[in-house]
Amino acid sequence: MINLRDAGATWWDNASKLKRRSLVVSLILFVYALPFLNNPIINTPGSMFESVLFYPIGMFVLLSIGLNIVVGKSGLLDLGFVAFFAIGAYTMGVLGTRTNLNFWEILPIAMGLAMLSGVLLGAPALRLRGDYLAIVTLGFGEIVRIVAVNEEFIGGARGIAGIPTPPDMFGMKFEILNPKPYYWLLVSMILLTYWAVRRMSVRRPGRAWDAIRQDDDVAQLMGVPTFKYKVWAFVLGAAVGGAGGCLYATQILSIVPDQFSLNVSILVLACVVFGGIGNPFGVMVGAIILAYLPERIRFLTQPRQLVFGVVLVLIMNLRPDGLLPRKKREKFESETV
Amino acid sequence: MRLEIKNLSVYYGKIEALKGISLVVNQGEIVTLIGANGAGKTTTLKTISGLRPVTSGEIVFDGVNINQIPAYERADLGISQAPEGRGIFPGMTVLENLEMGKYNRKTRKAEMSEDLARVYELFPRLKERATQAGGTLSGGEQQMLAIGRALMARPKVLLLDEPSMGLAPMMIQNIFNIITEINNQGVTILLVEQNAQQALSRAHRAYVLEIGKITKEAKAKDLLNDPHVKSAYLGTGAHEIF
Repeated sequence: MINLRDAGATWWDNASKLKRRSLVVSLILFVYALPFLNNPIINTPGSMFESVLFYPIGMFVLLSIGLNIVVGKSGLLDLGFVAFFAIGAYTMGVLGTRTNLNFWEILPIAMGLAMLSGVLLGAPALRLRGDYLAIVTLGFGEIVRIVAVNEEFIGGARGIAGIPTPPDMFGMKFEILNPKPYYWLLVSMILLTYWAVRRMSVRRPGRAWDAIRQDDDVAQLMGVPTFKYKVWAFVLGAAVGGAGGCLYATQILSIVPDQFSLNVSILVLACVVFGGIGNPFGVMVGAIILAYLPERIRFLTQPRQLVFGVVLVLIMNLRPDGLLPRKKREKFESETV
Repeated sequence: MRLEIKNLSVYYGKIEALKGISLVVNQGEIVTLIGANGAGKTTTLKTISGLRPVTSGEIVFDGVNINQIPAYERADLGISQAPEGRGIFPGMTVLENLEMGKYNRKTRKAEMSEDLARVYELFPRLKERATQAGGTLSGGEQQMLAIGRALMARPKVLLLDEPSMGLAPMMIQNIFNIITEINNQGVTILLVEQNAQQALSRAHRAYVLEIGKITKEAKAKDLLNDPHVKSAYLGTGAHEIF
């Protein structure tokens, strides 16, 4: 099979600055213009295309970029990522319905709370490695959901309804029946996050995460404060998850605990692995495909999940490292360990 | 520089891996710690570099007790290790691996290139392979990289964990020549080895470690002729005992 990643990477490496810039700019414009391209090929029969663009596609892209910091960069298997998404959403829900704060004021609080819970979970859990860490994070995800079900203050099993929409921006109204502004806002958040993660990856934190993923002990011998960087990876991932949850809540307007089940964690992890673990661009592509496909084939009704599963199995067999794996040389990680 | 271990005990759960060992490494020496599999050699090094916690006893470096200092700060103090099994970052290039050796130093570019030049001079092979992934190197080259990476931190003491393990005889000779060369340049070395013949002929002083205890301490040359060491570690002279 042709190596898409290497072909693309070679083109990118050899392209002039102008070519690169124009590609990036046209890609971004294309993404912003997507809600207007309501054509039968990419359309999603059975659900509103603009709405699908926001959730699940855009939302899963954002969450996958966040989880990729944890799983892809630092190699920490987190099966409870939905917890941070839920904490963000509930922060928006509670503060939005009980105070006069608007979305923009709640967003940093939601991210802060998600980060704080990231520290609370990370500080004890990150002393564990591998499978053990995965189990603890899995438990954490469930704890958050079960607390939400049982705590009447935050609505219990009924959840929270009547969450306010963000204030108007640039003359656009945020309304339940008009998902476009939400989508554009989400795309902006994705671009910002992607840019920030890229910046970090090429600097000292990125190098530290690479080292931790490849050999935790040796990283310490080299002078990398591994525990600190692991907690940071966790906290940054949590911040992205919290921001996603906050925006999700303000779009869907009512949240119930069932929306934050283990399935979300697994699906986001699937996006990361499917797209190419560790490569943020690949992860975005993976998330787009995995979130879009079930909606595109919604007209199949019953066999929909079956087709989705078959496609997933087929592609993972054809490209075991994901659609667009990280640089080729890193494959040696799995071979030599 | 002086590294001193006083009455060090280390447990893995309930198993006592080190039962109160004491040893000293003085400035400019090559000290070797020889012993069979499971004697506690690697545990000793891991404890010195901070990867294993001390159960009791003391590790004193430059007159300071470093028991409580975390591993990543010990690297900054001047304790550098080429770990067992080489510990190369397989997905990083040779150059990136070497740069990791200086991770904690807020180095200026000049110092970085100076140290790189020094390492490349010792190991010209690494320079040829600078852009190659660490995981693609041969065993001997990986060992060179592990030692080179440890040297990047400008260590006061270099801990080497079985540098000859799994290498071809020619390469073993090569690696030990380089170890002597590094020592001649003024780096103090604590060398853990199973290849007692090579280790003893290169080192100044030696300790014999058996099941968590130090059973002998002597000049390395004297141990080469010691009947017990000969039979147990050098594979010759068994008839002198039995």
